[in-house]
Amino acid sequence: MKLIYVDNAATTAMSGAVIGAMEKSMREDYGNPSSLHSMGQRSAERVRAARETIAKRLGCRSNEIYFTSGGTEADNWAIRSCAKNGEKRGKRHIISTKFEHHAVLHTLQALEKEGFEVTYIDVNENGIVKVGDVEKAIRGDTAFVTIMYANNEIGTIQPIAEIGRLCRENGVVFHTDAVQAVGHIDINVEKENIDMLSFSSHKFHGPKGIGGLYCRKGIILNNMIFGGAQERNKRAGTENVPQIIGTAAALDEACSGLEKNAAYVTALRDRLIDSILSSVPRSRLNGDRENRLPGNISFCFEGIEGESLLLMLDLKGICASSGSACTSGSLDPSHVLLALGLPHEIAHGSLRISLSENNTSQEVDFIAEILPQIVSKLREMSPVWEKIQIGEKEVNTYAIQ
Amino acid sequence: MLYSKEVMDHFTNPRNVGKLEDADGVGEVGNAKCGDIMKIYIKVDNEIISDVKFNTFGCASAIATSSMATEMIKGKPIEEALKLTNKAVVEALNGLPPAKIHCSVLAEEAVKAAVANYYSKNSIEYDKELFGCDGCCGSCKIAGE
Ligand SMILES: Cc1ncc(COP(=O)(O)O)c(C=O)c1O
Repeated sequence: MKLIYVDNAATTAMSGAVIGAMEKSMREDYGNPSSLHSMGQRSAERVRAARETIAKRLGCRSNEIYFTSGGTEADNWAIRSCAKNGEKRGKRHIISTKFEHHAVLHTLQALEKEGFEVTYIDVNENGIVKVGDVEKAIRGDTAFVTIMYANNEIGTIQPIAEIGRLCRENGVVFHTDAVQAVGHIDINVEKENIDMLSFSSHKFHGPKGIGGLYCRKGIILNNMIFGGAQERNKRAGTENVPQIIGTAAALDEACSGLEKNAAYVTALRDRLIDSILSSVPRSRLNGDRENRLPGNISFCFEGIEGESLLLMLDLKGICASSGSACTSGSLDPSHVLLALGLPHEIAHGSLRISLSENNTSQEVDFIAEILPQIVSKLREMSPVWEKIQIGEKEVNTYAIQ
Repeated sequence: MLYSKEVMDHFTNPRNVGKLEDADGVGEVGNAKCGDIMKIYIKVDNEIISDVKFNTFGCASAIATSSMATEMIKGKPIEEALKLTNKAVVEALNGLPPAKIHCSVLAEEAVKAAVANYYSKNSIEYDKELFGCDGCCGSCKIAGE
């Protein structure tokens, strides 16, 4: 069976060029970048060049980029550092949103236990934060604001530049978790007034287990790991040279092809959304129709549960994801879908399809054909669906499809 | 999460799916808010469960446990059906992931609820202690983060 991979928000396939660059680096760059001999210096030079490539793509300077083990570490680092530095100035208030990734939410919850106060801003039903709400939440003792660039489940893109300007005007540090956005939409930290930004290589066809934090010069960043002088003394440990090379290669490739890929993927996305919404009754798209990542589709289907749907799709070779409770390991459905104001029963029936430029229109057509069949099959055995239909019959005189 | 071959078999090929329009007893347990609802229909002839069908809203293990539970009581005397335990369902399915054990509890309760409904409809006295959900399976408790 041919597998169709449409879980690109979870992680992406590594690009062939990236694998090539990493293999070359693994063979050649085994010298330690901290060593003074020529081999070590060659590795150091390659890390320097990689850092510069990344900085250029994000619109910052290379000494503002810190490599980390991925998005989670970058989020933890930025938030912990901002909190500690805010506290030193008597500022113990933090602003974030209800639909952040757990890398942010759980770090904030840990800080709440340490006495920090966090305002979690609501998102509107389209999954977008209102700048006015951020403005209202800012207080004299606000240490920093952390709001994601684009949501990982529903793909909605936030008004980052405006929030950045607001924070800058109020002298509040602004961090954004841009893990889903980097390499997929055009980002410029300078123009968008971003003080700190987290990214993760495996979300843009790079290697797993590496990412980074941009931290604007002038913003204090506390030491993450003590030891050697790597990452300008802030995160000790010998650099993961091949992964750094792979990150730069991946970001360069993603940004070079960004416009073309975004147009291609957006067209696939819109075709699939239109097809499913018109062929499946009582289905909905979560998050704003336009203002979303090129590859993100998030549906809810009433009357069925997401894990069953996911596994049935998997049996047909379609690899997707769901925000249902059963897939999250807790009994609650995704906090992101609940933040949109969806009732639990509807949030249980969610499905995320995240496309990349590796997907084809044939694959999308196959999903458009199979998905409605699976939804019907599950609905046929669902007592919830039966009730929905009876309810509808009472209201409507005509039967639904 | 990995499911056993047996769970996948009952999930992809559920036995006894459907409704019985002339059911002698119907039991429904769980709630949509938690993500699982099971509804079991039984037909009773001479105190024997001559036919059984189910409808389930829920994850793969909810569907598989409903399917297995209906298989295990089909053609059995009511007395025996009442002895069905969630453990027996789990064993028959060759195990369930720990987070999914509550599905087997729901299946056991759905069977009991259908029998209780049959007893009430026919004004048969029964020990209420043996039935009914006291919410102990935890599936209706919304777990906090
Ligand atoms: C929005 C967001 N933040 C953070 C992360 C964590 O990144 P990583 O897997 O690199 O730790 C992810 C992905 O898993 C994500 O989607």
